[in-house]
Amino acid sequence: MTIMKKLLTTAIASAMMVGSAQADISDDTVKIGYLADMSGTYRDLAGPNGLKALEMAIADFGGKVNGAKIEVVSADDRNNPDSSSSTVRRWLENENVDLVAGMVASSVTIAVTKLLEENDGLGIVSGSAASSITNEHCTPNHIHYVYDTYPLANGTAKAVVQEGGKEWFILTADYAFGHALEGDVTRVVEENGGKVIKTARHPFPTSDFSSYILQAQSSGADVVALANAGSDTTNAITTAGEFGLTQSGQTLAALLLFLTDVHALGVNSAQGIQLTTGWYWNMNEEARKWADRFMDETGVRPTMVHAGIYSSTMQYLNAVKATGSDDTQTVRKQMMDTPINDMFATNGRIREDGRMVHDMYLAEVKTPEESENEWDLYKIVRTIPGDEAYRPLSESKCSLVSKN
Amino acid sequence: MSMILGVPVAVLFGQLLLGIINGAFYALLSLGLAVIFGLLKIINFAHGAMYMLGAMVTVIMFDAMGINYWVALVLAPLVVGCFGVLLEYFLLRRIAGQDHIYSLLLTFGVALMIQGILTNIFGVSGLRYSMPEIFQGGFKLDFMFLPYYRAWVIFMALLVCFGTWFMIEKTKLGSYLRAGTEDAQLMQGFGINVPLLISLTYGFGVMIAAFAGVLAAPIYSVTPVMGSNLLIVVFAVVVIGGMGSIAGAIITGLLMGVIEGFTKVFYPEFSSAVIFLVMVVVLLIRPSGLFGKEA
Repeated sequence: MTIMKKLLTTAIASAMMVGSAQADISDDTVKIGYLADMSGTYRDLAGPNGLKALEMAIADFGGKVNGAKIEVVSADDRNNPDSSSSTVRRWLENENVDLVAGMVASSVTIAVTKLLEENDGLGIVSGSAASSITNEHCTPNHIHYVYDTYPLANGTAKAVVQEGGKEWFILTADYAFGHALEGDVTRVVEENGGKVIKTARHPFPTSDFSSYILQAQSSGADVVALANAGSDTTNAITTAGEFGLTQSGQTLAALLLFLTDVHALGVNSAQGIQLTTGWYWNMNEEARKWADRFMDETGVRPTMVHAGIYSSTMQYLNAVKATGSDDTQTVRKQMMDTPINDMFATNGRIREDGRMVHDMYLAEVKTPEESENEWDLYKIVRTIPGDEAYRPLSESKCSLVSKN
Repeated sequence: MSMILGVPVAVLFGQLLLGIINGAFYALLSLGLAVIFGLLKIINFAHGAMYMLGAMVTVIMFDAMGINYWVALVLAPLVVGCFGVLLEYFLLRRIAGQDHIYSLLLTFGVALMIQGILTNIFGVSGLRYSMPEIFQGGFKLDFMFLPYYRAWVIFMALLVCFGTWFMIEKTKLGSYLRAGTEDAQLMQGFGINVPLLISLTYGFGVMIAAFAGVLAAPIYSVTPVMGSNLLIVVFAVVVIGGMGSIAGAIITGLLMGVIEGFTKVFYPEFSSAVIFLVMVVVLLIRPSGLFGKEA
């Protein structure tokens, strides 16, 4: 009798366990919401092709993980934190979205990650730059994957100061991302014996940069640094060329340039510019293979953000597969415990503050003679080891970081 | 070096000149809007898209057929102007005489469609367009380096602005136009084809916008969204100048370019808003605009 009872309870218990394991993937669907600028200034660096990259990862899983269907919804963030917040709120509260991916403009990301924290959702940020996203704005509900302003400054700004550019003029996009980048650059410049003599903050977006370029010329600075992105940067570089900024002996430093920006500028105008990137499609065999696949799908070469979206989605789905759950904290913990070795990163790891730390690269835009085709744009000058590139946890203001 | 509010005077001279150059773009665009509104009473929200089309057509013609800048300067506005005439004939004509809001919504919708289609095809990173060889380099002035091309922009913009003003205010064709929109029936009685006149006027307004687009192609990133940001500013310029006033649009355009230019030196964060501040003040003091006729 007792044996029977014991058997029965075990059977019931195991049946319940199986039941709960299935229930761990909520409503038997893993739903991913892709939020990015689909039509504005930042469209090309992530945008519709980022959604393609995400779908490539889902296709690699055959559209299913542990028997649960993988679904995607997407929305245009319009670079607007308010409308993006209402989209994400709807996703989380009514549509059972398990993961928010993409996320480009830093102002949008900071608003969205607050919502993720309130609703215990999970976000993987691939497009944004502000290092504050995993510093003062860190939450236990998001991961920042591809790059941030800290290594951008550490890579490019450090290299330029060490080459002798001591006095800096910084032209900053006037919102969260620009401010974060300006701060990180100022720190690096000062640490390396340089000085920021003037900053000008321009509205986002701006089409005419002639006024700022003129101010930069008359400031007498050695280096004119662009702490902006997308068409703001390409516009500023074009105007600097027109006004003969580099001919008059000043160095132009673009702190954030994507492959699509350099492609738009062309090697004639962009040659010799140094930049920091988290990934380059032609940096190794694995990257190249994936980039070929991406090109078959989209007709263009991927940016570091496209590659990061694919890689991070693979990591996420692998974590769901390993844990049999789509619960935010379970998956995030699994992702933190798993080193990342794929086409995107070698020995990448996700820290407690949500920062994915991996090697960064200082690159230089090729000359027209060196460039063999329209996408053959960078040569890698130096690999910056992940721990040197990113903000050390000892300097972190993130509340999740335990201070010993 | 003498200073004003901590800024060297030489720098201010430079900014004044740049302000006039930017103002020349505002003047060209607000001129087209003023012509269209003044004569046809259409609030043309597709104006930014037409400016963008002017630049896009220039780049596309060069890439596809090797058509150079000088030819494009004439051909691109003509192509876009023809598109404008078709737009007027097939769409705008059907809502003629309705409340302004209809033409506003219709042209806004058309603009979004053009922009969306081109964004899908070309992306937003910008198309490459090199400046013609002859414009490489610039004048070394005492207070700044003025690229030849920017000087060319001022010259051409002022030429077109003056020509347009002269044609509409001082010639016989201009008087037909003004009369035709004032009292269409009477003019038709005189044997003048008023519907054709209206199509051509819309086409002409659009041509000026496209011309500004061609001028912009070598110096700004040519993207499908390049017109959308500019449009709102240009509308503010038209409101400040007085809706429909042609001379008002030109002078206000130049003036706003200069005001914006100085704001970029003293308080750059505010430079995208300063024109709207001026607009608010002008509307409070003179609701019909600086050069508008009192209603």
